[in-house]
Amino acid sequence: MPTPSAPRNPGRQQAPEERKHNFDEVAQIFTDEEARAEANRCLHCKNARCQANCPVGVQIPDFIAYVKEGKIGEAASKIMETSLLPAICGRVCPQEKHCEGNCVLKDKFGSVNIGMLERYTADTARQRGLLKAPQTASKTGKKVACIGSGPSSIAAAAELARAGHEVTVLEALHAFGGVLRYGIPSFRLPREVIDHEIETVKAMGVRFIPDVLVGSTETVADLLHQFDAVYVGSGAGLPTMTGIPGENGVGVYSANEFLTRINLMQAYKFPQTDTPIKIGKHVVVLGAGNSAMDAARSAMRLGPQSVTVCYRRSAAEMPARAAEVEHAKEEGVTFEFLLTPKEILTEDGRVTGIRFTRNELGAPDEKGRRRPVEIPGTEFVKKADTIIVAIGQRPNPIIAKTTPDLKTTSRGVVEMDEQGKTSIPGVYAGGDIIRGGATVLLAMKDGIEAAKRINAYLEGK
Amino acid sequence: MQENEIVLREQLNDVVVKFEIYKPLIAKSARAGQFVILRGREGGERVPVTLVDWNKQTGTITVIIQAIGKSTSLFNSFQKGDRFLNVAGPLGTPVEIKNYGTAVVVGGGVGIAEVYPIARALKEAGNRVIAVLGARTKELLILEKEMCAVCDKTVSATDDGSYGMKGRVTDAIEALYKAGEKMNVGFIIGPIVMMKFTSCLMDKLGIEPYASLNPIMLDGTGMCGCCRVSVGGQVKFACVDGPMFPSRTIDFDELIRRTSEYKVLEQESLDKFQHEKDHVCKCGLH
Repeated sequence: MPTPSAPRNPGRQQAPEERKHNFDEVAQIFTDEEARAEANRCLHCKNARCQANCPVGVQIPDFIAYVKEGKIGEAASKIMETSLLPAICGRVCPQEKHCEGNCVLKDKFGSVNIGMLERYTADTARQRGLLKAPQTASKTGKKVACIGSGPSSIAAAAELARAGHEVTVLEALHAFGGVLRYGIPSFRLPREVIDHEIETVKAMGVRFIPDVLVGSTETVADLLHQFDAVYVGSGAGLPTMTGIPGENGVGVYSANEFLTRINLMQAYKFPQTDTPIKIGKHVVVLGAGNSAMDAARSAMRLGPQSVTVCYRRSAAEMPARAAEVEHAKEEGVTFEFLLTPKEILTEDGRVTGIRFTRNELGAPDEKGRRRPVEIPGTEFVKKADTIIVAIGQRPNPIIAKTTPDLKTTSRGVVEMDEQGKTSIPGVYAGGDIIRGGATVLLAMKDGIEAAKRINAYLEGK
Repeated sequence: MQENEIVLREQLNDVVVKFEIYKPLIAKSARAGQFVILRGREGGERVPVTLVDWNKQTGTITVIIQAIGKSTSLFNSFQKGDRFLNVAGPLGTPVEIKNYGTAVVVGGGVGIAEVYPIARALKEAGNRVIAVLGARTKELLILEKEMCAVCDKTVSATDDGSYGMKGRVTDAIEALYKAGEKMNVGFIIGPIVMMKFTSCLMDKLGIEPYASLNPIMLDGTGMCGCCRVSVGGQVKFACVDGPMFPSRTIDFDELIRRTSEYKVLEQESLDKFQHEKDHVCKCGLH
């Protein structure tokens, strides 16, 4: 019998005092007993709202039923029928917005901890050798190139391979995973988890090629000569800066640079690794999205005296996941709200502080978020020697620039018609290149959906 | 032959090595003024290096590397048959090659190698091309023969007068100007201070100056913004918008500050590398 009224197990975590000195994963995996007990809370609703609200349609009650029975291999295979990256999804998906946010137990007893169960299933199946790469259909003889190796491209590649196509993933950097690799820190997503998930996709026959910057090494037109279809999943690899004076001062990082040094280049292991990073005594992070939290928490692990997240609206408008904000606070990151940065102050070109004005919240903008309005005469200077600008990303323009026929909006976002096609036949796109900056899960969803369209397109070809 | 394999290695002087690397995809699409990113080992840096030459037929690219820090020292220890771990490119915006009239190409030190493909392309586009090559001393002055072969006139200058005229590239350019040489455009590659003063001089002499900037880079694809430079009051990313920029309005002082950010750590890394290389183990554990 299910035990829905048993308390939700939030999972164990590395203690804040300990984890703020290392880059190891914060959340600890469920034990078999914990997993079974948590699985036992699931009511297996007939019209499961959790599943209906999953961007990638994971069959949640079914996989949980297997966990209950201790059939972890079967549980993993069930998840992988719709989502090929369960160890990643279990970690970085904002479950509170999707499955767990819609669990019928949510208000009365607390949602089933689906995220932790998915993570447990994926990790345990892998450790016990029960994880099987999905079967692929018989070879179609059709070739598809996926540009980028981030979540949307990997998801597309896996679905296309499943349909029997010969798939090649082209990555500009030296390591695969895109934003998972350069953006998300190892304390949220251990590097070996990314490696493992990519191994699964490779086991399905997908080729991964590093060091190919499409638009430069080869153009989309070149690819269309070699492949029957192309998926553009090149992401939002262009940092937005504030444009305020002093931003080129020494000690100012974009979140992309700061996180790339730490995550992709492993600068926190310097001089064992060759790429250095510097951290000041007082770190200011501008912005309050997930990248800002990742940057702030990474900065904290490099041992400064203070890390402050400064945001132009109030706590309620922060775009970051609540859990990330909570983790950051536990680790000692402080938050200051309703501040607009006006100027970065420097001495001999090196950052010494930042001048802010205070804001109040005005009328809502087009997205319904209240707009910050500066209050005259409230300027003040905050001392800082490292500033991390984490106010958003835009699509990397290289592909658009070198593919004149590919229609994009003024913001560099690739345009799609109602059928999800770009302006070039055989070229599809998804993830941040069409969204301008969203989540891993939405990127994966785009990849899966685009793969289905590509399958249909190739069938008719 | 394998991708990234060194098919030819030539020691040009104590610290400078020329490599030909097998990399057909880059050899196929490279253009003058572009660069590649090299990595030598796991955990290694991504090091931007200008493309000196490329050959579609053999599928090889040529780079010339001066050992300055740890990574470049590691690269230069590679032998024929060794492989770079990663070779990515071609990166950056190619230099606009057209007939400018008379073009002067200025190379300082290893910058001579970097400006070579631009000189050659300008010559092919019908320009009268003058090369001004500068180095501290004779041994560091490289590729003079190759430059002579693609330029209408080549002037060399060394700081100590051990070869060519005694003085700096700016002295050589002034001398050319005084001798009545009319120059329309200049492409400068070398140490930042040299580029700064050469730009200044060219501006004064009515020569339109361009300089190839070498800020610190990470991904080299426009993703991180580490390489941002100020040109005409605007922020540009050297890796995608450059590396060659009209240099009259470049903030060279900012570039100097930004490139020295990691000097101390870079030295630490180099010292560690050399210590480990030179260390003859007596404990029997290594």
